Amino acid sequence: MLDSHKQAFIEEAAELLVSLEYSLLELEQNPEDNEIIAKVFRALHTIKGSSGMFGFDDISIFTHDIETMFDLVRNGEISVTKELISLTLSARDQISAMLKETETQKFADDDITKELVVTFRNMVINTKFISEAAKNSQPADDETVADEEVQKSKSTYKIYFRPATNIFSTGANPLLLLNELKLLGNNIVCHHSEDIPDLENIQEEECYSGWDIIVSTLRDRDTIKDIFIFVEDDCQLTIEILDNTGKLDNENFYSFLESEIGKTTEADYKKLVAKYRLLEQDIQHIRKSEVPEKKKIIEKDDKQGDHDTATSIRVSAEKLDNLVNLVGELVTVQARLTQTANSANDPELVIVAEEVERLTWELRDSALNIRMLPIGTTFSKFKRLVRDLTQELGKEVELITTGGETELDKTVIERLNDPLVHIIRNSIDHGIELPKVREAAGKSRVGKVNLSATQSGGSVIIKIQDDGAGLDKEAIRVKAVSQGLISAETELKESELYSLIFTPGFSTAKKVTSISGRGVGMDVVKQAIDNLRGSVEIVSAKEAGSTIILKLPLTLAIIDGLLVQIGGDSFILPLSVVEECIELSDSDIEKVHGRNLVHIRGEIVPYIPLRKTFNIPGDRPLIEQVVISNVNGVRVGFAVDYVIGSHQTVLKNLGRVFKFVQGVSGATILGNGNVALILDILKIIQNAEAKEKLKVASAN
Amino acid sequence: MPKKIMTVDDSASVRQMVSFTLRDAGYEVVEAADGKDALAKLNGNPVNMIITDLNMPNLDGIGLIKAVRTIPVMKFVPIIMLTTESQDSRKLEGKAAGATGWIVKPFKPEQLISVTKKVLGC
Repeated sequence: MLDSHKQAFIEEAAELLVSLEYSLLELEQNPEDNEIIAKVFRALHTIKGSSGMFGFDDISIFTHDIETMFDLVRNGEISVTKELISLTLSARDQISAMLKETETQKFADDDITKELVVTFRNMVINTKFISEAAKNSQPADDETVADEEVQKSKSTYKIYFRPATNIFSTGANPLLLLNELKLLGNNIVCHHSEDIPDLENIQEEECYSGWDIIVSTLRDRDTIKDIFIFVEDDCQLTIEILDNTGKLDNENFYSFLESEIGKTTEADYKKLVAKYRLLEQDIQHIRKSEVPEKKKIIEKDDKQGDHDTATSIRVSAEKLDNLVNLVGELVTVQARLTQTANSANDPELVIVAEEVERLTWELRDSALNIRMLPIGTTFSKFKRLVRDLTQELGKEVELITTGGETELDKTVIERLNDPLVHIIRNSIDHGIELPKVREAAGKSRVGKVNLSATQSGGSVIIKIQDDGAGLDKEAIRVKAVSQGLISAETELKESELYSLIFTPGFSTAKKVTSISGRGVGMDVVKQAIDNLRGSVEIVSAKEAGSTIILKLPLTLAIIDGLLVQIGGDSFILPLSVVEECIELSDSDIEKVHGRNLVHIRGEIVPYIPLRKTFNIPGDRPLIEQVVISNVNGVRVGFAVDYVIGSHQTVLKNLGRVFKFVQGVSGATILGNGNVALILDILKIIQNAEAKEKLKVASAN
Repeated sequence: MPKKIMTVDDSASVRQMVSFTLRDAGYEVVEAADGKDALAKLNGNPVNMIITDLNMPNLDGIGLIKAVRTIPVMKFVPIIMLTTESQDSRKLEGKAAGATGWIVKPFKPEQLISVTKKVLGC
């Protein structure tokens, strides 16, 4: 087998293991559900079958024992228990380890394998069906290499074959079987036509024929029997040996038979053989030189032909990344082409440029679409996490997932995994109360954690909702004050208070568990989501539980940006956070006495003059534009010279040298070849706030 | 005209292995992920032979065999089922449904070719 097949198997097995895990956890909830049992069985079965085929014999043998047990489960002879699920889950982990071992060349713990196998076998044996189980627990037979006793001389067999009348309905063709027999050596075939009914009684789909075949071959009886393997259960088949000395294997015997059989319908071959032997003695002295045996013609099949393409193919992530990069470059070049065409004022060129633009956008969309994966795969992993956690903590929690089909960029999904683990851990550890506490509070013993994903515009919203105790506002405040994060008299909005838990080192947990409480975690979550250019929001009510809402962009490679200009330099603001743009004239500034504030429909919104922030020389135009953004529910404006318009922004990293530059998250190349910096709005706001605080502090 | 063979299996790797082997031997191969998929692909596009797994979602091998035998042009087409040694009863069930023969999993590519040649004749 080719290595690529092996790789495909490993990937597929990994997927199967994920679905196996999911099914097992589902089964734990509904131990009677035969459909899930069948699913589990099927997964095990496929793993066993294909692993053997691709040379993973150890996995095949190991899985065999689990499959045997689930066969009993399927037949209702063993019932599904928690132990059984736990055992199977650890077996699943072991298979996964065995798979990895081929990839990493590290060896999984053999002792664990053995231990598990023994446990499984014991479980099987403990059921009533000891004998059957013992029979089944034999691992797959090594391929039975037909021990062909190579005989010294050819034997001559007489075979009688009378297929069942309905043989055609199974798609078998008796003539092919006869042809196969003929390949064995010298032969003669005699047709039995005596059972063929009269024409009016013939059912055209039935077979009424039978055959006698005489064949001389080196092969043994079993080989001949093997030819009929698919039909032997429902046909008449006798194999007699006429001679094993090799004397009958010659042209003379067969031409003799041919002439003799023509005369009799029911030939008695034994008599014929005896007759031939007598005759042979007579003609021995005039025997002609042997005619060389017919050579088998092995037809080489025509290797040409259209190959159907499979419905899906596997492509390495690297190739995809490369494709997206190239598309990104193409988008940039296309923007330049459009601009050149417009400035050249050549209608023909403009038409071409527009065509290219349309195609590029389509290409961009489909290239990005390839990278989209349903988030459900990640969700199913959490079922296992919740199960393990609840057992460890002695809580009862049900994880409900919805919207698993929501698609997100592969990279986003991968980088989302850890933050989600943290959040769910926190929800279960801090949020959900112990069963007794819950009962006392009038809730059901089993806590609920809702994990949902929905798409809204260019972003995906993931909610983690628990019906636990909710966040303790007072505890957070006290803790924050004691850690010096806020002063005792600071008035904070609810959302601001909650966002304190994202501060590094912040934890209100009374005791540190192995799972959480060390204050590491939520800040990591915040960091990870920020890196994904997403946002986190917390909604909570005491005793009713809390909800953590993550808003994430669909993709990381290309974003919709708002192109603005300040003093001849171009900048991009992520369009996803932009709410509106307003004008700002000198008179507006006078009205608020030079403070950086604007009135928007009765609301006062602060703004940051970017020209000043970035120290861009030159005077501001008479009428400035203020781009109002909304970050985590807070509205902040950004004063710029001109707003150019929306821009397909292909993200480029700035490189290591600029790693510590704050307020800029990357750059993009514009149609005219210029570089525009992509603004990190959140960071700019934070810096401005810090500066403001410092000012206030020094003033005091 | 190469003979067209359909391989039906919910495991993509088995499917891939079967079709790789058969294509290498000069056959044309159509892949289907389960019985339902197979029937959809057979609609109007008959094949010369079917190799099917028994355990599959949506429509299993037995169901597929039964359904295929009701298609007039597919009535006498060889159908090979892939089974494991633990499924003797399924083998009989498959035969009763109209399967031509079977291959026991795990199998080697050579076995697959020899069975294919056996039931197709070439």
